[in-house]
Amino acid sequence: MENNVIDSKIRAVQADVRVWLKENWHVNHSLLEWRNLLVESGWGVPCWPKAWYGRGLPADMETAVNGEFAAAGALGVARAGIRMLAAATLLEHGTEAHKQKFLRRILTGEDNWCQLFSEPGSGSDLAGATTRADLKDGRWLINGQKLWTTSAHHAEWGLLLARTDWDLPKHQGLSYFVLDMRQPGVEVQPLRQMNGHASFNQVFFDNAVIEPEYLVGALGDGWKVAMTTLAHERRSADGFRNWGKVSNGEGAIFEEERAENAIFNEPYKWYPQRAGRVDLIMQRARDSGLISDLRVRQEIAALLILSETAKWTAQRARAAQQLGRPQGPEGSLGKLAGSHIARAASRVHTLLGGAEVMLKGKDSEMQGLIAEILLSVPATSIAGGTDEIQRNIIAERVLGMPKEPRFDTGPFRDVPRGLKK
Amino acid sequence: MQYSFSDEQEQFRDIVARFMREKSPTSEVRKLMETASGYDANIWQQMNQELGLGALCIPEVYGGQGFGFVELAIVLEEMGRNLFCAPFFSSSVLATQAILNTATEAQKSAILPDIASGQRIATLAMCEANASWRAKDVSMLAEPVDGGFSLSGKKHLVTDGMYADTFVVAACVDNGAGKSEAAFFLVQSDASGLRRAEQDGIDATRKLAELEFRGVVAEMLGKPDSVKVDKSIAFSCVALANEMVGGCQYLLSSAVEYAQLRMQFGRTIGSFQAIKHMCADMLLEVELARSAAYQAAQAVHHAAQAESEDDSEMLALASLAKASVSDAYIRTAETCIQIHGGIGFTWDNDTHLWFKRAKSSEEFLGGPMLHRELLMQAWGV
Ligand SMILES: Cc1cc2nc3c(=O)[nH]c(=O)nc-3n(C[C@H](O)[C@H](O)[C@H](O)COP(=O)(O)OP(=O)(O)OC[C@H]3O[C@@H](n4cnc5c(N)ncnc54)[C@H](O)[C@@H]3O)c2cc1C
Repeated sequence: MENNVIDSKIRAVQADVRVWLKENWHVNHSLLEWRNLLVESGWGVPCWPKAWYGRGLPADMETAVNGEFAAAGALGVARAGIRMLAAATLLEHGTEAHKQKFLRRILTGEDNWCQLFSEPGSGSDLAGATTRADLKDGRWLINGQKLWTTSAHHAEWGLLLARTDWDLPKHQGLSYFVLDMRQPGVEVQPLRQMNGHASFNQVFFDNAVIEPEYLVGALGDGWKVAMTTLAHERRSADGFRNWGKVSNGEGAIFEEERAENAIFNEPYKWYPQRAGRVDLIMQRARDSGLISDLRVRQEIAALLILSETAKWTAQRARAAQQLGRPQGPEGSLGKLAGSHIARAASRVHTLLGGAEVMLKGKDSEMQGLIAEILLSVPATSIAGGTDEIQRNIIAERVLGMPKEPRFDTGPFRDVPRGLKK
Repeated sequence: MQYSFSDEQEQFRDIVARFMREKSPTSEVRKLMETASGYDANIWQQMNQELGLGALCIPEVYGGQGFGFVELAIVLEEMGRNLFCAPFFSSSVLATQAILNTATEAQKSAILPDIASGQRIATLAMCEANASWRAKDVSMLAEPVDGGFSLSGKKHLVTDGMYADTFVVAACVDNGAGKSEAAFFLVQSDASGLRRAEQDGIDATRKLAELEFRGVVAEMLGKPDSVKVDKSIAFSCVALANEMVGGCQYLLSSAVEYAQLRMQFGRTIGSFQAIKHMCADMLLEVELARSAAYQAAQAVHHAAQAESEDDSEMLALASLAKASVSDAYIRTAETCIQIHGGIGFTWDNDTHLWFKRAKSSEEFLGGPMLHRELLMQAWGV
C-alpha cells in the first residue's frame, strides 16, 4: 500500500522530468546556457529547496530524476570537485547573501571550490588546526598553511577552517570562512607524492584577507560547520569514483563537458590503483600462466574472499539503511577492510609480476599501471582517516569501549603540538 | 663471527658507516638518482682509494685485500642503510662472485685487479624475459665460434648496465650429452653487436638496463657448470640480504624517531599503543631478518674459504635469508609510511626512497616465494 503511493509519486516526477527534458534538452546549447536552464527549472538539483534552484523533492527522488537524464542522454549541473560539499554546507549554514552569491555559480560550473581543512600539524587531529584568522580593522587576516588541498590551483573559492580563539578548548576556537583564492596573500604549491603524481597542493596564507561577511555560521562554530562538510564528503565518497566516467555523447556541449572533466579528474586518475585493482588479478594470473600455480591460487583465493566478504558487508549495511533500521557495525568497517584488501592485492600483484615489478613507466607491465598500484596502495590506509583512527572509532563508538584519556581538553594555547622539543 | 662481530669488525663497520653518512646523505641520494649514471665518480674513487672497498673481499693474489664475506656483508649493510648510490653491488658482488666462483686462475688474474681498484665496473647480465636468475632458466645460447662463443638475445634488469665496462653474461652451451649447461661469459661494453638501453626502474637509486646481443663474441669463464652459476647467485643473494637489513634498520629508526616527535591530540603519536606495538613488531621482524642475513653471511664466508663437496646447507641459508629479509623489508617500509601518516606518502619525505628499494629488492634475484621453495629443496624436503 505504502509502496504503491511512493511508486506513483515517483512515476509522476519521472513523467514531469521527461516532458521538460523533451522540450528543453538540446546538444546545441552551450554548457553554460544549458546549466542555467537547469538551475532555473529546478531539475538540476531537484532535491534542493525551491527557493534555491531546486524543487524541494525528497532525497530519494534523486535517483529517479537522474535515471530520466541518463535515458535522455542529457547532461546535469556541474558536479566535479568539491563544489557539492560547498553547496551543501552553504545551504545549511550560509546566509542569504552567501547563497545568492555562490550557489548558482557552483551549479553552472563557473566557480570552482577547494577545501582548506587539513594542515601539516593537524591530520588525524583535524580540530588541531593552527591557521589563524585575526580581525584587524574590520577584516579577517589569514596566516598559516593548509595541506592536501585538491584542486586548489583551479579554485576560485575555498572552504577554510581557521582558529579565531586560542584560549578556548580546541574545537570551540575554530571558525569557518569562505576564502577568495585569487588574491595576493594566497600561494598554491603542488605537492608531489611518492607515486610521482601531484594531485594535491599546499596552500600558504600570508595576510590573506577575508571580508567579515564571509564568515559561515557563528564565530566559534567552525567545527560544527566543518562537520556538515565532512558528513557530505563521507556520504558522497562513492560518487567520487563516478567522476572518472566520461559521457561519450556527440556535440559541442559534450566536448565542453569532457574538457571540464579532464581538468577535474586529473588528480583522481590514480585513485583506482590505490585500492589495489583486485579486478585485474584473475586476468593477469591467466596471462602469466601462474593461474595453475598452487601457491598463487591460494593467495588469489584468499584475496578474493577478503574483497567479496567486504562487499557483502557493505551491502548488508546499505540494505539495513534502506529499510530504515539502524546501521550495524558494518558501516564503520568498510574503510578498514579496504586497507586490508589493497595491501593484499599489492602482494598478489607482486607475486604475479615477479622481477618485472622492478620496472615502472610505459615499458613496464600494463604501461606502468602495475607499478602505479604498488606505489599507490600505501595511501589507502592513510587518506580519509588512518587505519589506526578507524580502529579507534570502531572500538570506541561501535564496540563501546572506554575512550582514550585526553590531553588536549584545556585552552588550545596550552595544548602541546607541532614537534616535541 | 659466530653470533657476534669481533672488535676489529665493529671498528671496520664504524669506518664504513661514517663514510656512508658523510658521502650518502639523502640529499645526495636524491641528486644522484636523477642522473643517468646514478653515481658520483669522485665518491666511487674515494671509496676505492680511501677505504679499498672494491678490493675488500677479492683474494690478495688478484689485487684484493682478501677479507671474507662477513666483512663484505658489513659494508653492504651500511650501504643499504644509506642507499649508497654506486655500482658496488653490480661490480663487487654480482660480477665478482660470478667470476670468483667460475673463472680460471688466468681469467681471475686478468680481470679482478681492475675490479678491485674500481677502475673497471662490471656487472651481471643474466635475467631474460622469464625474469629469473636461475641457471635452469637461462635460455640464451652460446654458439662456439672462432675466438670464443657467439651470444645472441636479450638480457634485462641488468643493474648499472648503461655504465658498466664489462658484462658477465649467463648463457648456456650444449654439454655434449644433449643437455644444456649454464656458464658465464665475459663481454666488454664496446663489443660489436651489443646494444644497451636504459630501463625505467621503480627504484631510481639502482639503475637498470636492457642489453641486446647480436652475435656478440664472448669469452667463456671457466667451464659450463650450472651448479656453480647457481652458487654464485646464492652468494649474491646473501649479500643482497645484508644490504636489505641495513635498509630495514633505517626504516625502523626513522619510524621510531618520528613517532616520538610528531604530536597529535596533544601528545606524541608514539604514546599511542597502536603505534608502539607497530614499532615493537617492526623491531622483532627486523631482528629476525638480521639474524638470518648474518647467519647466511657466515655460511658463505666459510663456503668461500673452504671448497666443500656439499653446499646444500649454505644454499639453504642463502634462500632462507633472502626470503626472510624480503618480507621484513617491505613490511617495515609499509609500516614506516603508515607511522608517518600522509607526509610519508609524499615525494619530499625520504621514506619512499627505501620503500622503492624494498619493493625492487624483494624480487631482485628471486622473490620470497621462490626462495622458500629453494630452501625446502636445499633441505632435501
Ligand atoms: C593520498 C592522500 C589523499 C588525501 N586527501 C585529503 C583531502 O582531500 N583532504 C584532506 O583534508 N586531507 C587529505 N589527506 C590527508 C589525510 O586525511 C591525513 O593524511 C590523515 O588523516 C592522517 O593525518 P596525518 O597525515 O597528519 O598523520 P598523523 O595524524 O600525524 O598520523 C601519523 C600516525 O599516527 C597515527 N595516529 C594519529 N593519531 C592516533 C591515535 N589517536 N591513535 C593511534 N594512532 C594515531 C596515525 O594512524 C598515523 O599512523 C590525504 C592524504 C593522502 C595520503
